[in-house]
Amino acid sequence: MKKPQRDSGESARRLSRRAMLLGTVQLGIVGVLGWRMQSMQVEQADQFRLLAEENRINIRLIPPARGLIFDRNGLPLAENEQNYRVVMVREDAGDVEETLQRLTQLVDIPQDTLDRAVEEMNRRSPFVPVTIADRLKWEDVAKININAPALPGITAEVGLSRHYALGEDIAHVVGYVGPVSDYDLSRIDDQDPLLQIPKFQIGKTGVENKLEHSLRGAAGTKRIEVNALGRVMRELDRQEGTPGKDIQLTLDARLQAYAQARMDGESAGAVVIDLEDGDLRAIASAPAFNPNLFVRGISVKDWTDLNENIYRPLAAKAAQGTYPPGSTFKMVTALAALEEGVISPEETVYCPGHTDVADIRFHCWKRAGHGNINFHESLKQSCDCYYYEICQRVGIDKIAEMARKLGLGAKHDLPISAVASGLAPDKAWKREVRGEDWRIGDTVNASIGQGYVLTSPLQLAIMTARIATGRIVTPRLVKSIDGIEEPTGLGESLGLNENILRRMRQSMNDVSNHRRGTAYRSRIIADGMRMAGKTGTSQVRRITAEERARGVTRNADLPWERRDHALFVSFAPVENPRFAVAVVVEHGGGGSTAAAPIARDIMLQALYDGDPPLEAYPSADRDRIAEQQERINARLASVKQAQDRA
Amino acid sequence: MSYLEYNAKYVPTGFRKLIYLNWPVILLITAVACFGFLMLYSVAGGSMNPWMEPQVKRFGLGMALMLVVAMVPIWFWRNVAGVAFGLSLLLLLAVEFFGAVGMGAQRWIDLGFMRLQPSELTKITLVMFLAAYYDWLPPNKTSRPFWVLLPVLFILIPTYMVLRQPDLGTAILLLLGGSTVMFLAGVHWAYFATVIAAGVGGIVAVFESRGTTWQLLKDYQFRRIDTFIDPANDPLGAGYHITQAKIALGSGGLTGRGFMQGTQSRLNFLPEKHTDFIFTTLAEEFGFVGAAALLTLYILIIVFCVVSAITNRDRFASLLTLGVATTFFLFFAVNMAMVTGLAPVVGVPLPLVSYGGSAMLVLLVAFGLVQSAHVHKPR
Repeated sequence: MKKPQRDSGESARRLSRRAMLLGTVQLGIVGVLGWRMQSMQVEQADQFRLLAEENRINIRLIPPARGLIFDRNGLPLAENEQNYRVVMVREDAGDVEETLQRLTQLVDIPQDTLDRAVEEMNRRSPFVPVTIADRLKWEDVAKININAPALPGITAEVGLSRHYALGEDIAHVVGYVGPVSDYDLSRIDDQDPLLQIPKFQIGKTGVENKLEHSLRGAAGTKRIEVNALGRVMRELDRQEGTPGKDIQLTLDARLQAYAQARMDGESAGAVVIDLEDGDLRAIASAPAFNPNLFVRGISVKDWTDLNENIYRPLAAKAAQGTYPPGSTFKMVTALAALEEGVISPEETVYCPGHTDVADIRFHCWKRAGHGNINFHESLKQSCDCYYYEICQRVGIDKIAEMARKLGLGAKHDLPISAVASGLAPDKAWKREVRGEDWRIGDTVNASIGQGYVLTSPLQLAIMTARIATGRIVTPRLVKSIDGIEEPTGLGESLGLNENILRRMRQSMNDVSNHRRGTAYRSRIIADGMRMAGKTGTSQVRRITAEERARGVTRNADLPWERRDHALFVSFAPVENPRFAVAVVVEHGGGGSTAAAPIARDIMLQALYDGDPPLEAYPSADRDRIAEQQERINARLASVKQAQDRA
Repeated sequence: MSYLEYNAKYVPTGFRKLIYLNWPVILLITAVACFGFLMLYSVAGGSMNPWMEPQVKRFGLGMALMLVVAMVPIWFWRNVAGVAFGLSLLLLLAVEFFGAVGMGAQRWIDLGFMRLQPSELTKITLVMFLAAYYDWLPPNKTSRPFWVLLPVLFILIPTYMVLRQPDLGTAILLLLGGSTVMFLAGVHWAYFATVIAAGVGGIVAVFESRGTTWQLLKDYQFRRIDTFIDPANDPLGAGYHITQAKIALGSGGLTGRGFMQGTQSRLNFLPEKHTDFIFTTLAEEFGFVGAAALLTLYILIIVFCVVSAITNRDRFASLLTLGVATTFFLFFAVNMAMVTGLAPVVGVPLPLVSYGGSAMLVLLVAFGLVQSAHVHKPR
């Protein structure tokens, strides 16, 4: 038996000492821990608080509603349509396959769309809503809502998507929107965070593109709390964005639609400009395309069809297309010559059917020639030799100057994609661009709107407007943004001799209204509504000497792409001009036969505000016109619907 | 040894023992546990389940066990120390063969009514056994090499077995806890100095060897050490936990975000929010004030234990009390150092606060031993 181990003496004192020491060390360690907590929780608290907030709070953008686009009468051209879609949350659905099976029994959803949705669902977290189908009909949404108990995890949501009710009729002007692409982002210097939203829609062409900043609006934000897995727990607060600004265009949707319908079957462009304020009432290009296809994401087949069509439906010919103006340029040559006084209006020039300049023979369209002819008759009958003569007297630089004064060869600032600047050539231009000296033959070609001269239908309409008013009419496409009126386009006087201009208008009047005028058959016969104009037929091929000797091949016998362009410019009423119309029919043949009737029909629509009486047409045409009217009216149904809704 | 050998006539008997319990320690333990209940209620999103209710029940059971252990005379515990330690080693061995794998480590045996973690048990039985050893060993032999080597083996055997599971946290606690008892018992300074010097030298050598021709570890092993020491190197892997824990802790500020207002834990940014990292939730919701309050409670428990040990003339009782206190200290110090980013994450729970059965029961039984030592103090 061992004595009880009484801890005493040295060993007990040592134990106490060491216990004290240990306690002190422990206190020291606790001190370090306390100091660490103090430094983290008191000194660096703000920093950590910020990190915690960053962890917890996500800022989501709320896309603003895009501004609407209206025509001058308030008809909606671009709207935000409610777009119903079905979304599914995988974790709420239970058996995904079975739920989808039930859904497809209610709503028709293509298999490949379903497959894509299932794949996306499997890829993402189970609580992320995935869109299964887009653009559902309201009836489908109703069906889904009624059957909600049988469709766990599936909800119908509504969003906004762009819709163009008038579709093709306004496609080239208004353009379309589409999801922002990497290419867009690389091209534009825009820090707007909205562009980072996947599939955010921005204007791709036309007004939608050019006035993107007004239309887009500013993003709203909502702050949401998310957990570590990214699941949204709740919305903390929300700040609504600013909706985009509404834009009213000067277009008259009905006139526009009429022009589109009237040019159906042709490859053509037409522009109607209001002479009182420069408002563009119509900028029509045929054929057109359906912009809604692009909003949804165009299919490869549709895209190929549009691109391979030789009539180029995607091209906005009225503003982008440039054509040799042909005889419609004669007004420019004549005005330049008359203004300079190198010829008087009464002075005659002899037309033998051709003119030889610098060993080259230039032909008049009338092989037999016009004989002695003055300015008035030369324009009315479109004699070429007269212009071959006067252009040499006045010189190309004066002609080019006059062309620019009248709005040719210059780019007009309009919010449409790729507005063409055309070309009013002069000596300096040829030297600079072509590196060659100007030759007299170039002047002779230019005098009748051939050679280097290029104009767009828009420019021709502006030229006509300026001749008709004697003022610097500038085109206006945007009437108002967010209710604020844009400045009108009625400018200063051109500074041309009013006397000469009056004679010019008189001659243009006779083109349409005189029995021997080239556009007589496409005249307007209503009193006070008569139309003045000028035909143009511009060659797109060289006519060889042999062919001329054989007899020039008729347009009808040529393949389409080698036929002449048909042009017509006009203004009306003659006494008090209100509208100018320019029409170009690509490879349409003669200006008087292909372009003038279209211009006349569009002009009447404009003059009568959509309801021209048959009496305004030449009596011989009335049966045909009545029939045509009926056909076109049927096509204007979409405009009627829009009117009814507005 | 018999009851009579112990000056039993001066030891309180019967219900008088209750008066002589170390009541401040009992109150402090209860206060700490209440902190734990609050936090478990909070991390469950304001719910008694799944954590708070079982924890309260276990605490009740643990307190009952503590009182039972406290009532049993301290010399009984001294006499069974060897048996208890041997039993722990057997259980550790059993885990090796029959243990269930939880959280990637083999740690517990399913006894049907509870899951037993022998490694937790070993923390206490090792301290008990070493205390009994030094109580038995004449003080003049304490520093003799053979009598030093023996306890070193007693420490290293369970440490190695725990390390194999692998449970680094418990291994460190065993090593440090056992060494502390040796230190307190009066083993000569030189032994500790040698071991520390050798350890530091070894570590330095390993790191110095890196990139040289006599490199002691493979590259991937170095990389693992790098991540272990500084988890920020691996922000989405090992570093994620510690980064989020620091954010939670720091964002609490001085007074905290308020009870149940901690966003980090509620939104699941925090890992192991109810176990090893529960302190971060507390720090986030109650701020520095709350964290410091808990730390103060812990220190007070240690202080009362140290006072009790120093005033106890019985060697076994003193060593046991100080050993338990040190183990308890190591628990919370390592855990707090871990979540504040001062130490690598080794998986040590916050004592009496973290959710977990074995740890809480074992700790309360250990405090029962401390109480028994206090009650049966020769007066």
